[in-house]
This record gives sequence, structure tokens and C-alpha cells, in this order.
Amino acid sequence: MTRAWLTVLLAGTITIMIKGAGPLLLGGRLLPSRALPVLRLLAPSLFAALIVSQVFTHGERLALDARAAGLIAAVAGAAHGARPFLILLGACAATAVFRFVMA
Amino acid sequence: MRNISLDYQAGSRAVAPLAPAVGVLGILFGYLATAAGLTPAAAILMSATTFAGSAQFAAIAVLGAGGTVVAAVAAATLLNARYLVLGLSVAPAIKGCWPKRLLLAQLVVDETWAIAYTGGGRFNGGRLFGAGSVLFLVHVGSTAIGTVSGNLFADAAAFGLDAAFPALFVVLLWPHLMARSAVIAAAAGATIALGLTPFTPPGIPILGAAAACLLGLRLR
Repeated sequence: MTRAWLTVLLAGTITIMIKGAGPLLLGGRLLPSRALPVLRLLAPSLFAALIVSQVFTHGERLALDARAAGLIAAVAGAAHGARPFLILLGACAATAVFRFVMA
Repeated sequence: MRNISLDYQAGSRAVAPLAPAVGVLGILFGYLATAAGLTPAAAILMSATTFAGSAQFAAIAVLGAGGTVVAAVAAATLLNARYLVLGLSVAPAIKGCWPKRLLLAQLVVDETWAIAYTGGGRFNGGRLFGAGSVLFLVHVGSTAIGTVSGNLFADAAAFGLDAAFPALFVVLLWPHLMARSAVIAAAAGATIALGLTPFTPPGIPILGAAAACLLGLRLR
């Protein structure tokens, strides 16, 4: 078996187990009520972490570039209650324009 | 059944604006994977099983640079480790026999998990299925295209497509920022993620940021 195939099979199997563990072990069952206040904050903390990681990092370095313009556009759109599709479009356009001007 | 199909539609509609960006990434992955020595079948299988862009790109980057299989698998595993937490959180919304639960759990990626979130710490299985099946088909299909198309999107960045993903999370985060505790958790998550980035391997910053939700034990 080649290195590539071995990597694909191992990474795939491990991912399937990682993703499946929770739903397999306690699928459909309610989590203990003590977990709810924690779960309630999981989404905001992870959303925010994903946003800043996708905007302000490059590899393992912090970075400030045209993506920040897209983030500003997205936040402005969300604050004004724009449609999700328009917010995504606006963010892409702002980033593209900024990148073009800076290049 | 009616509600389930309505939820399914709501989920697939919510993820639709992201489809072009996901497609471009899939094509790029298909191209880079074959360049790194994967056969088209291996690249497509990886998109179907590892199903998470960042982990896949990391693994083939290691392989392409001549790294070991262990290093490539470790990179993918670290990046996907957060799905243990995400999987636990959606578990109550995933019902049915175990093969069905296992399959539905595979559709959890950051974006579909976010779309399935209905607030108050709860998730909707129908929305997860709707968003997940659309994203899965686009991701696997575009990977297949990428393995034969060559480098169609060397310049995807010129169109600002990389800004679509954080914008989606802004859209999804916004309604949940009403509570003060949520704002604090978001600020803590962002700080932890950026703070860890220069010092830890990829994947750890996001996993560490998830720990910010433990504030829920103290805040009301």
C-alpha cells in the first residue's frame, strides 16, 4: 500500500471515529442539565474562534490583511439585518477589492 | 415528517450561499491531492471520509513535503479533534439506530454544526442533515472535478472567496450575542484562539477556544 493510501485510510477512519463517538454513545439522549449552560456558550466561543482564525491568522502566524475588510463588511451587514447571501457576497467583494487595491 | 422535511429545507437553504466557496476549495483540494501523489480515487475517498477541508489540506501538505504517514495523519487528527466536542454537543439531536447515527454524525463540520444550532445549547437534526448532505455532495463532487481539471482556481483569493467562511460564522453568531454571557464567551474564544496560534500546532487553538464554554459553569 502506498503512503498516500495509508494516510487517506487512517485519517478517514480516525475522523469517522472522532465524529461518531458522541452520537454513537449517547445519540438521542438528553445531556445532563448541568451541561446546558456550558453548551449554550460553546457556539459563541467556537464561532468567534473560527472567525478570528480564518481572518487574522496565516499558518501559525497572526496576520492582518484584506480579509479584515471582509469581516468588517460582514459585521456591518449583520448589524443592519442584511440577508445572509448579501452578507457573504459583500464580505467577498470587500476582500477582493481591498486585495486588488493593495496589490 | 413534515417538520423534518421543513428543517431539512431550512438547513440546505442556509448552507447554499456557501456552496460556490466550498466548490472552489474542493476543486483546489482535488488538484493539490493529486499533485501530492494521491490517486483520484484516494482524493475523493478522503473528501468523503475525512470530510473537513482544513484537515485534508494539512495532511496532503505534509505528504507533499515528503513528511511521514504518521505526521500527515497526526496533522489531520489534531485539526479534527474538535469534532469530538462538536459531536458530543449535537448527540441529543441525532436519533435512530446506530448506523444512522454514525452516518449523520459524519455530516458535522464547522459550518453544518453552526447551521444546526438553534440556540440555548440545542441542535436540530433535520437542519444538520439538510446542510450536511448539500455540503457533502458539493465537497466530494468538486474534489472529483479537481482531480481531473488541473489548477482552475490558482487565484481564488482574487475573488475574495476566502472571506465567505468567516462571513457565514458572523451571520450565525450574531443572533446569539444577545446574552452578556455569550458575548463574554465569544471574546474569550477569540482571544484563546489567537493567543495559542503562534505557539501550538494547527487545530489546537480552536480546540482550546472551545474550553471558553466552561465559563457557563460560572456565568448565568
